[in-house]
Amino acid sequence: MHIRFLEVRDFRNYVHARVELTPGVVVLTGPNGQGKTNLLEAARYLSVYSSHRVSGDRPLVRAGCERALIRAEVLHGDRHLRLDCVIAREGANRVRLGGTPRRVGELIGAFATVLFAPEDLSLIHDGPAVRRNFLDGILIERRPGLAEVIRGYDRVLRQRNSLLRSARANHIPQSQLQSIASWDTQLAEFGAELEQERWLLTRALVVPLAEAYRGISGTDDQAIPRLRSVLIPDDLSEHPTIETIRERFLRALEEGLETDLQRGTTGVGPHRDELDLLLSGLVAREYASHGESWSLALALRLAAATVLRESSPAGDPVLMLDDVFAELDAARRERLAALISSYEQVLITAAIPEDLPEFHRPVQQVHILAGQVVDAAAGAPAAADGAAAGEPPEGSDPHHPVPPADVEAR
Amino acid sequence: MAYDGLIQQLIDELGRLPGIGPKSAQRIAFHIVQDPHYDPKPLGDILDRIRDVVRFCTICGNVTEQETCAICRDPRRDHRTICVVEEPKDVAAIERTREYRGLYHVLGGALSPINGIGPEQLHIPALLKRLSDPNVTEIIIATDPNVEGEATATYLSRQLSVYDLTVTRLASGLPVGGDLEYADEVTLGRAFQGRRNLGT
Repeated sequence: MHIRFLEVRDFRNYVHARVELTPGVVVLTGPNGQGKTNLLEAARYLSVYSSHRVSGDRPLVRAGCERALIRAEVLHGDRHLRLDCVIAREGANRVRLGGTPRRVGELIGAFATVLFAPEDLSLIHDGPAVRRNFLDGILIERRPGLAEVIRGYDRVLRQRNSLLRSARANHIPQSQLQSIASWDTQLAEFGAELEQERWLLTRALVVPLAEAYRGISGTDDQAIPRLRSVLIPDDLSEHPTIETIRERFLRALEEGLETDLQRGTTGVGPHRDELDLLLSGLVAREYASHGESWSLALALRLAAATVLRESSPAGDPVLMLDDVFAELDAARRERLAALISSYEQVLITAAIPEDLPEFHRPVQQVHILAGQVVDAAAGAPAAADGAAAGEPPEGSDPHHPVPPADVEAR
Repeated sequence: MAYDGLIQQLIDELGRLPGIGPKSAQRIAFHIVQDPHYDPKPLGDILDRIRDVVRFCTICGNVTEQETCAICRDPRRDHRTICVVEEPKDVAAIERTREYRGLYHVLGGALSPINGIGPEQLHIPALLKRLSDPNVTEIIIATDPNVEGEATATYLSRQLSVYDLTVTRLASGLPVGGDLEYADEVTLGRAFQGRRNLGT
């Protein structure tokens, strides 16, 4: 799929901007602090309905305004998705598909994207929670209904922990804590489904991750994802079924109850999973160098893109690379460019065009200055070497030449 | 923003009610004070008397103005079946369907440790006491189909397992007139679990 146009109003530093985009590589250029990343953030918002930079929506609304608007048209095959979203400073946001109001939950997964950002280094170095979120994010894009399962799990877990804490505070012995079983049943129900999905996804990531890592690093080092959980049996001669996992979970809850009561929190379950990333057999979090960590983080995102591409009837996810090339050496830049260039559309931000490698396909340049799209010429040369614009990429419609960006100045 | 004297007191009092935020409280207060067509006297009278008049049925916990509620007193109701609900408003909802002719039991909420509600805070002993009546043969658990309602249903079914009773749980599934395509997965999954035989 690809974004055909993107429009923002009162979003971050933008009063209003609208830009027509072509399939293929789109490079957003301009000095720092002008709004390149903001535009990428807006496009990404229509995919996951949250920002990759801030946890709340407030900072997305331009200072002094009540609401921000993001609109886009996304094409895949013959289908047009017209998405728009009003982000309110106060109260609920409003999302629409083709002009019809929808719930956010119904739209997640409709427009698939994979974002690469400098913050991705935390995927390797931070605690297990970021890697669990990485898995869950892909799961939800592939099967939006899982969001409900994850929400249910979190809710039951909070109730159970709350019960454990109050039992501890009131010195209620284990024998009198009969109501805990009613929470355990549901915890195991939601948890087993989530756990199995995470396990299947981890398995699906094995080959793409190894390939992507080799591709980016240029080495033969093996990158392997491994889901570490007490709920998954060690003997994996057969796929763990939901029933197996549920039974293991219930048993673990029962055995751990005494410890749980002492600690006032639940010690087993998907919320304690760790996705180990092994590089040549060693856990990357502990052993990887800076360069290896970067390659691995990018490889994870690429593997996510591969999985989404394979499982999505909607076609390729749109790749978004926010200031990523500046972090890489020349050899990695070239290799990453080669790995992403087969995707239908790739949006890239770069402050310094010289940081970008040669893409070997037409590149649309979008120049951004002070919250305005000042130029959006299609098919302009990529890097500073002045290569001539190529033929329109496959899938673009020659009868609809891309008009210049419609800019509304204040 | 604060006003002088009584109007601010009224806004504050209204704002203490559930579901009424500061803006609504202010709007209602000014409506009461300003609208020439609105007579606040009946509301005042009701508020004045309500706590003395309304009480909870000593059998089922539903709202009533007498010792027991109209449903528990009604000899035409089926006294063999008790439907367990969370709140009196659930009784009203089920009554509107006119599908059910048995009795009720109002728990006064659902298990929710986060809100400090455990089994002790619910009217469970009163329910178990009612089961000493040999006429009762079926318990229908109609707690909400959310995480807390499910936990309550599971807890109750365990408590009731020692009695010689039929214990059923209200089916949850697809909304009538809805579209299968738009049902969320959990709902659809439940609907599958609760599917029934069409018979041949």
